[in-house]
Amino acid sequence: MINFSYTRAGGVAEAVREKSKANGAGRFIAGGTNLVDLLKENVERPTRIIDITRLPLTTVEEGPNGGLRLGALVSNADTAYHPEVQKRYPALARAILAGASPQLRNMATNGGNLLQRTRCYYFYDVALPCNKRVPGSGCPAIDGQNRVCGVLGTSEACIATHPSDMCVALAALEAVIRVSGPNGERTIPIADFHRLPGSTPHLETTLAADEIITAIDLPKNPYAEHSVYTKVRDRASYAFALVSVAALLELDGDTIKSARLALGGVAHKPWRLPEAEARLVGKTATKENFLPVAEALMKGATGYGHNTFKIELGKRAVVRALQLAAKGTAAVRGVNGQVAAAESVA
Amino acid sequence: MTTTEYLGKPTSRVDGPAKVTGEAKYAAEFNVPNLAYGYIVSSGVTRGTIKSINAAEVEKIPGVLKVLTHENAPKTASLDRSHRDQLASTHGSPFRPLYQAELQHSLQPVALVVAETFEAARYAASLVQVEYEIAPHETDLHGSRAKAHPPKDSRTGYVPPPKKPRGTPEEAFEKAPFKVEAEYYQPAEHHNPMENFASTCVYGEDGKLTIYQKTQGVQNCQEYICSVFGLSKDEVQVISPFMGGGFGAGLRPTHELYLSVLAATALKRSVRVSMTRQQMFSFSHRPETIQDFKLAATPDGLLDSVTHTAIQESSRYEEFLETVVNWSGLVYTCPNVRLDHQLVYLDLASPADMRAPGAVTGLYGFECAIDELAYQAKLDPLAFRLKNYSEKDQNLDKLYSSKELREAYRQASEKFGWDQRPLDPRSTRRGSDLIGWGMATGCWEAMQGKAAAKAVLTPDGKLVVSSATSDIGTGTYTVMTMIAAEFSGVPIENVSFELGDSSMVYSPVEGGSWTVSSVGSAVKTVCEELKARLFKLAGKMDGAPLGDAKVEDVTFDQGEMRVTKNPVRNVTYAEALQANGLDKLELDTTELPQLVKQMTHGVYSHSAVFVEVAVDEDLGTIHVTRVVSAIAGGRILNPKTARSQIMGAIVWGISMALEEESMLDHQFGRFMNHNYAEYHVPVNADIHDIEVIFVPEHDDVVNPLGAKGLGEIGIVGVAAAVTNAVWHATGKRVRSLPVTLDKLL
Ligand SMILES: Cc1cc2nc3c(=O)[nH]c(=O)nc-3n(C[C@H](O)[C@H](O)[C@H](O)COP(=O)(O)OP(=O)(O)OC[C@H]3O[C@@H](n4cnc5c(N)ncnc54)[C@H](O)[C@@H]3O)c2cc1C
Ligand code: SF4
Repeated sequence: MINFSYTRAGGVAEAVREKSKANGAGRFIAGGTNLVDLLKENVERPTRIIDITRLPLTTVEEGPNGGLRLGALVSNADTAYHPEVQKRYPALARAILAGASPQLRNMATNGGNLLQRTRCYYFYDVALPCNKRVPGSGCPAIDGQNRVCGVLGTSEACIATHPSDMCVALAALEAVIRVSGPNGERTIPIADFHRLPGSTPHLETTLAADEIITAIDLPKNPYAEHSVYTKVRDRASYAFALVSVAALLELDGDTIKSARLALGGVAHKPWRLPEAEARLVGKTATKENFLPVAEALMKGATGYGHNTFKIELGKRAVVRALQLAAKGTAAVRGVNGQVAAAESVA
Repeated sequence: MTTTEYLGKPTSRVDGPAKVTGEAKYAAEFNVPNLAYGYIVSSGVTRGTIKSINAAEVEKIPGVLKVLTHENAPKTASLDRSHRDQLASTHGSPFRPLYQAELQHSLQPVALVVAETFEAARYAASLVQVEYEIAPHETDLHGSRAKAHPPKDSRTGYVPPPKKPRGTPEEAFEKAPFKVEAEYYQPAEHHNPMENFASTCVYGEDGKLTIYQKTQGVQNCQEYICSVFGLSKDEVQVISPFMGGGFGAGLRPTHELYLSVLAATALKRSVRVSMTRQQMFSFSHRPETIQDFKLAATPDGLLDSVTHTAIQESSRYEEFLETVVNWSGLVYTCPNVRLDHQLVYLDLASPADMRAPGAVTGLYGFECAIDELAYQAKLDPLAFRLKNYSEKDQNLDKLYSSKELREAYRQASEKFGWDQRPLDPRSTRRGSDLIGWGMATGCWEAMQGKAAAKAVLTPDGKLVVSSATSDIGTGTYTVMTMIAAEFSGVPIENVSFELGDSSMVYSPVEGGSWTVSSVGSAVKTVCEELKARLFKLAGKMDGAPLGDAKVEDVTFDQGEMRVTKNPVRNVTYAEALQANGLDKLELDTTELPQLVKQMTHGVYSHSAVFVEVAVDEDLGTIHVTRVVSAIAGGRILNPKTARSQIMGAIVWGISMALEEESMLDHQFGRFMNHNYAEYHVPVNADIHDIEVIFVPEHDDVVNPLGAKGLGEIGIVGVAAAVTNAVWHATGKRVRSLPVTLDKLL
């Protein structure tokens, strides 16, 4: 950890101003669950830390057009257990509760979750090269220990994944990120928020250096009864996804009216392919109809050795998630109707 | 002994309250005035030489006292011999921190930044720049396999395989109808105890050192420091009252101990050095191992040929030796056996003993291969094992001192419901899961070493017994208190046991499940001698309170001696001391193992492990839904902590089977998943029903207590039982650990 100055911002405008002063070497701190680890490992070396935990971004409110607005500083736990999230966006609740541990989810915030950084081993080890950490230094994961790395949308420069569970559900829900900067507010659709690595893996999002996330808007959706988040991981809890799937179905009897699918653990951003989803429309919800969609979603995937299995696993996880979604959200609700933390696969 | 007061009764940890209230202090928690902090800088390179380190520049940073490197570190003993601790191999060159420009492995310490505060040291350490001249390294066991060779060295506790094969294993294999030829693989694994290694070296006004150290052997550390730094024993005291897990990682002196003493003596000031979690991957680990098996059985299912070759990684600078293959020659009866143990030198830190070292590895592969053979012979795996039950240790041609394994099989299999098991794999389903049942045998040697104990009884009736052993979390404080109370006749609430101080009477390092056996036996003897002395004191008292009773006519309990048949004749221990004008009664004994008895027997503990798994057919995720383990481990002194030991070991066995792997990057020669987020061990959600059964065993040979020690036996065989259950569920033999879901897709 290097020495830094610490400021606590009293308002959003002040936070933005403070951040601008740092010339790219500033960091907001929210829950600190990712940033502090990275500081200790010397991966993040900011000279200025701006504490945003006192900003008034801590509420879940009704959003425009029947949607819901999640404050950037609402904790992951409070978001997941919020009755409206539970009722209207169960896949999001499920996704958040499939991540990290209760202690971490109590600290972690929605804004911080969007910006959490990859878990690629090389990124975390400052003794080694890594294009994401030191542009141009190389990507040892490609020929190295890449079990946690991606198979879709990778580049010669970087094959890392975005490790968030929450963001996968947000992608399926077509959430909109609200941000504030020196020139006022703007919105970024989740699909455009995270970037693919290309030749600039150190640029992970389209958020500008002096912008702050203020909220996440969840649009109204028809999927609440058929929403699941399926996470496949190396142990039953407290592990990042090898592959995860948010699957949302709108059904008319057995027939699919519309569908949304997003994958986690496979790419530098939550992976969506609206064309694949479109192939489900008008079909009955059967395994035979799910398989080609799973194939389509994983099309073009490249394995790098230790992670090649994710291609096959991804397909199977998509089929499983769609099967579970067809069965209905009720199956993942506990006795009191609450979506509980998922410990095993589903 | 027929009735017992304390032994055999479930007893809560005497140190439990201290641990949960935080009163129990660990090595990095001993604070002294004017303490400086050392932060280790680790190498990013595996082989090569250090060309330069910007130490002088870093020393200018405010708060920094010194940057120690191989260039400026004070010289320590020159001979390798002086650096060998009790558990080093006999002829190796143990690693010496900050000794030379040449690198030996990745993450090795290359500098120590000492500063006024921990933060300053850590910050300055981040600014240390090391320039290396990089040389090629070798860390790939598979790639370097052709270089495997038999060990050249020896080490305490290592039993080389029998030199000559038994019978004619090749011939028997050729002609047998049922055969298995298979290779099993186990990756390197790290101990990862919760508490990081730390050393607080207090520099006294007289220059004497008091070192609060995380270790499993305070006297081993003391001897090591004396020998390396040329100090006498009265100049060095090593103290370690509590340990947040060791598992073998703390058997040998660790880097931070050497470094804290180096810095404290250089600066003439107290210094603390602790390791980061990442640095916990910079030394001991369970060695990566490849095992080849050729097994064969006769038409009626008798094991007729065993060939077992293990190829293990060792460091280049000293051979690491553990007993891997011998188990395969003794667990079942077999006339034709060839056992072979080989090493490949790699540019990695020396491996180290890790819970049930050797047995856990060897029996993982062997018990899986036996499962394969049983299926070839169309026999139930348990029936096959019973058919080939071993009545004597054929490696040594000796009878067992005791062996209730048959009873362990019976009790565990009944509890499990094993007789319902279909012979063929893929026979049972539950929803989207395939269900499988597997089993395995575990075996571990029961050892006793030399150890001493000291007893001090005071006129208030309180007894303090001590020995320089340690409590690595196993419950040593508790069991020794129980033994002392049992054999001294002092009520347990008046007994305390002290440990973890090198100035106490001799104890070997705490490892190998031999502490109860060795130190416990010494505690028993010293307490029995205490009673004899008390009886003599009573005899010298005015009015001879015990009359002319002989010692055998007297009952010692509740802190009192009384004539058994005439209890009105009695005297308390306290009165005996007071009447003789003693302010204390102090004695110590050294207990030697019952060598003659032990040499003529095979002395082992055994286990029978039964496991149920549920495997998601599509996704390959595995859950161990049920484990029943029956342990034949001699006399159980404290069933409560004993059960905890076995449960913990089973959890670790599941961990080994399904999760643990230190992932090496061969380009960098470095373990990459060096933190708790990425090095997986089980979480609560991974662990379901675990049932532990203790099968009574009477053993006069192992030691005077009849207890075999339970620290290791619980883990042996678990990984094999899980792997066998996964096969039974899926029909797939996964021959490499950990059995992760990708191997089942
Ligand atoms: C051991 C471990 C296991 C985990 N497992 C999982 C898992 O299984 N699944 C999963 O999804 N996650 C997992 N996580 C990650 C966890 O979800 C994130 O660490 C957390 O969501 C980050 O939120 P935070 O508020 O603590 O962010 P911080 O650490 O405070 O910040 C993270 C980043 O976001 C920036 N930031 C924060 N808020 C804002 C804002 N409003 N505007 C602009 N920038 C902002 C910070 O500057 C920083 O760069 C795990 C974490 C750990 C440590
Ligand atoms: S995959 Fe990306 S994060 Fe990982 S080493 Fe390569 S560049 Fe760095």
